[in-house]
Amino acid sequence: MAVFVYAENIDGVYKKAAFEAVSYAKSIADQSGETVTAVSLNPTDSSDLLYKYGATNVINVKDVGLKNFSAKAYAKAVNEVAKGNIIVFPHTTDASSIAPMLAIMNGYSLLTNALEAPESLSPFQVKRKAFSGKGFMHAKADAAGVIVTVSQNSFGIKESSVSGTEEIKELSVSSEDIKVISHEQSSGKLDLKEADVVVSAGRGMKGPENWGMIEDLANTLNAATACSKPVSDIGWRPHSEHVGQTGKAISPNLYVAIGISGAIQHLAGVNSSKTIVVINSDPEAPFFKSADYGVVGDAFQIIPQLNEKIKAIKG
Amino acid sequence: MKILVCISSVPDTTSKINFTADKSAFDKNGIQWVINPLDEFALTKAIKLQESQGATVTVINVGENTTEPVIRKALAIGANDAIRVNADPKDSFSVATEIANVAKTGGYDLVLCGKESIDYNGCAVPGMVAQLLDQPFVNACVGLDVSGAEATAVREIEGGKETISVKLPAVIAGQKGMVDEKDLIIPNMRGIMSARSKPLQIVEPVASKVKVEGVSYDSVPQRAAVKMVSADNLDELVRLLHEEAKVI
Repeated sequence: MAVFVYAENIDGVYKKAAFEAVSYAKSIADQSGETVTAVSLNPTDSSDLLYKYGATNVINVKDVGLKNFSAKAYAKAVNEVAKGNIIVFPHTTDASSIAPMLAIMNGYSLLTNALEAPESLSPFQVKRKAFSGKGFMHAKADAAGVIVTVSQNSFGIKESSVSGTEEIKELSVSSEDIKVISHEQSSGKLDLKEADVVVSAGRGMKGPENWGMIEDLANTLNAATACSKPVSDIGWRPHSEHVGQTGKAISPNLYVAIGISGAIQHLAGVNSSKTIVVINSDPEAPFFKSADYGVVGDAFQIIPQLNEKIKAIKG
Repeated sequence: MKILVCISSVPDTTSKINFTADKSAFDKNGIQWVINPLDEFALTKAIKLQESQGATVTVINVGENTTEPVIRKALAIGANDAIRVNADPKDSFSVATEIANVAKTGGYDLVLCGKESIDYNGCAVPGMVAQLLDQPFVNACVGLDVSGAEATAVREIEGGKETISVKLPAVIAGQKGMVDEKDLIIPNMRGIMSARSKPLQIVEPVASKVKVEGVSYDSVPQRAAVKMVSADNLDELVRLLHEEAKVI
């Protein structure tokens, strides 16, 4: 029996979250003495990229009918080939849309937002995110089959090279239930949920015209940009950048919060960041209590200077 | 057009989350309950479709009678009627089964909900309902329009947006952007008064099985004390990030 994993790609290119999910599947397979079989739909990337993280077998589904994303059609296609008792998904938007449909098709237990390797395999039990970052739940599967989705940037990408084989599977599942009218995706932009570094700013920036220095710092750090809820609510920044309890939850290695006071709802979305730096003019800002490093001062003075200093050490 | 909006009753976003002494359950003491904020975006969208197209909006909640204040709030916001499936919501699968069971005989054109609840973060009920009903599923919806038997939905994708058309009936799970925060409706006195007399039907559960159990819960550990760095000494901050935290 194999542990299956859904290796998500965008336009054929594997996502970082796919490598994390394969790494996670490999850790399960190592515990149970099985191998990992990765499933991907119309990838153009080499399967070598998946062998590197421990997939012994890669099933590449070729299906022209799956050019556009439809949760239902993708679930059907994955179900054709992922025939195992454990199926791992990354907790991305698309993969987390497929997973519940697949769970119903098979009568499996669905455990989402897993943060660590399973605590036990029989029964399957795992620590998962709950209460939007304000707590953790140790959840146990009651069904024999399990689908688990891995919270992004939590388990981590772990190299574990194996020599693998690739299998091509031709399918003809149609995603006709959904028709794409337009598709806008900026390829150059770092995905907020995948980013290792996130530079985030709040109302302390005083207006959207002042975001240039935030973007400059983000460029220097190869970071994605984010913002607080009020900033997205008043339209200074797009909703897609809102991090917090009702926005996105993120877990980067470094989170830099500028002019954000640190309301409990904001902290919930970012407190699993490994290192948090808070820059705020108010020494009483509650965010300092939840930070690793803090600077009290005027962001308009600090950010350009900090940018230059980081540029200097990055050489 | 008939719309079914699924709402979950969750702790207010400002709540501190505590667990019982034996860590076996969420401690509900002193908690203020609200409509799950992501469900509220979906509800508000449904009310907009009610205003613009004469849609009938039914809200459904799986919960014991303690959730009724939250259901009445949804009625005060403008839903036409409500259904409460009288069961303690144990896991996503059992909740989805109860919702699908009501939805399959209701002739709804659209099932709307938030993409996840802010308490258990299952991200599972909408997709499960879609599969149980064998309907198309659109997730992370940030814009929605309906014309006849077709919906045009904008869904958030990594690094962008995709606009799609989907044939109804369908299940659509939304998030902020489906409506803006400023569009949220604060019930007025007339709404609150009329909510008292709007129909709230109580349906007994189909006793679906549970597939996931919460065994125990942990709070988030406190971070070590913050190291403050003077604004005049940013070299020190850079050094700490480089040498100590090793993040740059």
